[in-house]
Amino acid sequence: MARQEIMTINMGPHHPSTHGVLRVILELDGEVVVNAIPDIGYLHRGVEKLSEDKKYLQVLPLTDRLDYIASGTNNLAYILAVEKLLAIEAPRRAQWIRTIFAELTRIVSHLLWLGTHAADIGAVTMLMYTLREREDVLDLIEETAGTRMMMTYFRPGGVVKDVLPDFTAKIKTFLDKYDVKVYEYERLLTKNRIWMNRTKGVGVINRADAVSLGLSGPSARASGVDWDIRRDEPYEAYDELEFDVPVRTEGDVYARYLCRIDEMRQSSRMLRQLIEGLPEGPYIERSARYVYPDKERVKDSMEAMIHHFKLVIDGLAPPAGEAYSTIESPKGEIGFYIVSDGSPKPYRLRIRPPCFVNLQSLLTMCKGNMIADVVAVIGSLDIVLGEIDR
Amino acid sequence: MTVNWNRQNFTGDDPEKHPAILALRRDLASAVLEVESCRGEIWVVISPAEAIAVLTLLRDDPALGFDFLSDLTAVHWPQRQGAEFDIVYQLYSISHKTRFRVKVRLAEGQSVPTASGVWKTADWLEREVYDMFGIRFEGHPDPRRILNPDDFEGYPLRKEFPLQGRVRW
Repeated sequence: MARQEIMTINMGPHHPSTHGVLRVILELDGEVVVNAIPDIGYLHRGVEKLSEDKKYLQVLPLTDRLDYIASGTNNLAYILAVEKLLAIEAPRRAQWIRTIFAELTRIVSHLLWLGTHAADIGAVTMLMYTLREREDVLDLIEETAGTRMMMTYFRPGGVVKDVLPDFTAKIKTFLDKYDVKVYEYERLLTKNRIWMNRTKGVGVINRADAVSLGLSGPSARASGVDWDIRRDEPYEAYDELEFDVPVRTEGDVYARYLCRIDEMRQSSRMLRQLIEGLPEGPYIERSARYVYPDKERVKDSMEAMIHHFKLVIDGLAPPAGEAYSTIESPKGEIGFYIVSDGSPKPYRLRIRPPCFVNLQSLLTMCKGNMIADVVAVIGSLDIVLGEIDR
Repeated sequence: MTVNWNRQNFTGDDPEKHPAILALRRDLASAVLEVESCRGEIWVVISPAEAIAVLTLLRDDPALGFDFLSDLTAVHWPQRQGAEFDIVYQLYSISHKTRFRVKVRLAEGQSVPTASGVWKTADWLEREVYDMFGIRFEGHPDPRRILNPDDFEGYPLRKEFPLQGRVRW
C-alpha cells in the first residue's frame, strides 16, 4: 500500500487568481484538497480604528475603500446607518437616485466578477468583454459623482448634487446595449462544455451549512437560501420596484454563476423602472440640521453661514445611541453597527463584512475537490480583499 | 408570529412585547439582565454564563428562528468599571425576516463561552474580536489572531491603544 503523505502548498499571497493578497494554505493528498486555511490580513488598514478618530462625514470616503469595486453599496449601508442614528430620512428623489447608483454598482461588481471568474478558469476573453461594459457604467458614475470608482456621492439626508438632465436617457441607452451583452456572455459560457465541466458539482455547499456559516448574497441564494434584503427588508426605493430574486438549490460553482447572471438581468429590470419613475423634488433634505445648507445661501444668509460653519468645524453629532443597518451589497449582507456617545465622531464603528464571512466557507466548499477547483471556488465566492481585511 | 420589527420601525413600541423577550422571560428568566432599545431596535443584555443557552434558545425556538448570525463584535467602555466590554450578537431570522440583538457585558479579563457551536460563522468573528479586543472565548476551536500578525502586541480596538500605533517605522 502506498504511503499516504500530506503535502502543504502555499497559494498566494501573490497568486493571480486570489483577487488580491489572499494566502490559502492548502493541504493536499495527491491532487485532492484535505484542508484549506485562508490566511488574511495582508491589506489590514484598521478602518474601524481610524473611524473612531474621524467625523461622520470623514468616515464616508473610508467606506469606499472597503469593497472598492462596489463603492456605492458601501456608502449606502453607512449612510443608512448614520441616518438611522440621526433619525432623518432622505427625500424620495434622493432615495431613488441612491437606488439607481446602488444597482449600477451591482452591475459593475458583477461584470468584474464575471470577467475575472471566467479568466481564472481559462476563458480569458470574457474579461475583455465585461471590462468594456463596465467602462460604460463607470463613465455614467463619473459624470454624476465626479469619480469613477470611489463615488462618495451620498450624504446623510440625500446626495451631493442632482443628476444631469440627460442622465436617465444615458442609462437607457446603456441598458439597451447591456441587455444584449448579457445574452452574449451567456452564449459564451452557460452551455459551454468546458465551463460546465469545470463548474458543475464543484464546491458544493448545502443549505444548512450555508446558513450556519453565515453565507449571504448570491452565494447563499445558490444554495437554496431564499433571502434578499432588498425584498425582505426593503430600504430606499426597493419596496416600489418589481423584481425577482433568483434562487437555486444545487449550491455549486455553476449555480452561483447562474444566480449572479440572473441578478445582472434583474438589476437591469430594476434600473428601467427606476429611470422611468424617478420622482421630481429636492435631492437632499436641506431642512435637517445635520445637512449642509445650500452653498448659494451661505453667501448671503447669516444663519446659513453659521450653520455651515458649525457643521464644518464641529461636525454632525448624533444623539447617543446605537444603530445597526444592513443592506444587500453585490457580495452579500453588508452592515454598519455604529455606537454614538453624542460626540461628532463615532464611538465605535463596526463593519459587517460580507466577503470576510463568506470566505469562511472556503474549506467546506473545497474539501475533497481537486486543487484546480480551488481557483473556481474562490472566483465563485466573489471576494474583495479590501473588505475582508478592512 | 407576524410582528414585524424591521427598519421602518423607529419608535414607540414596547420592547417587552418583543417575541424574543417574551420567550426569554418565559424560559430563561434568570439570564435576562436588562432589556434596552434605541431607534426602534431592541436588545437584551444577558449574563455571560448563560450566553450559550440563550443563543441556542433563540436559534431553535420555532417562533423565533434566529438561524443566522449576522455579526458578532465588541465595544470597549474603559470608564465602565467591572463591565468594560460589550459583546454584541446581531441575529437574523431568515424565515421570519426579523432582527434581534443580544449583548453580554464582560469585565476586563473575563471570558465568554464560544458561540461557534451554535453558528459556525462565529469562529472567525470571535477570532477577530480576540484579535482586536483581547477577549477570550472559552472552548474556541482555533483561538488565534486573524487580521494582525501572530506576534503583534496589544489589541488595536481597545480605547487605550494609540491611533498611530506603538512602533515608529
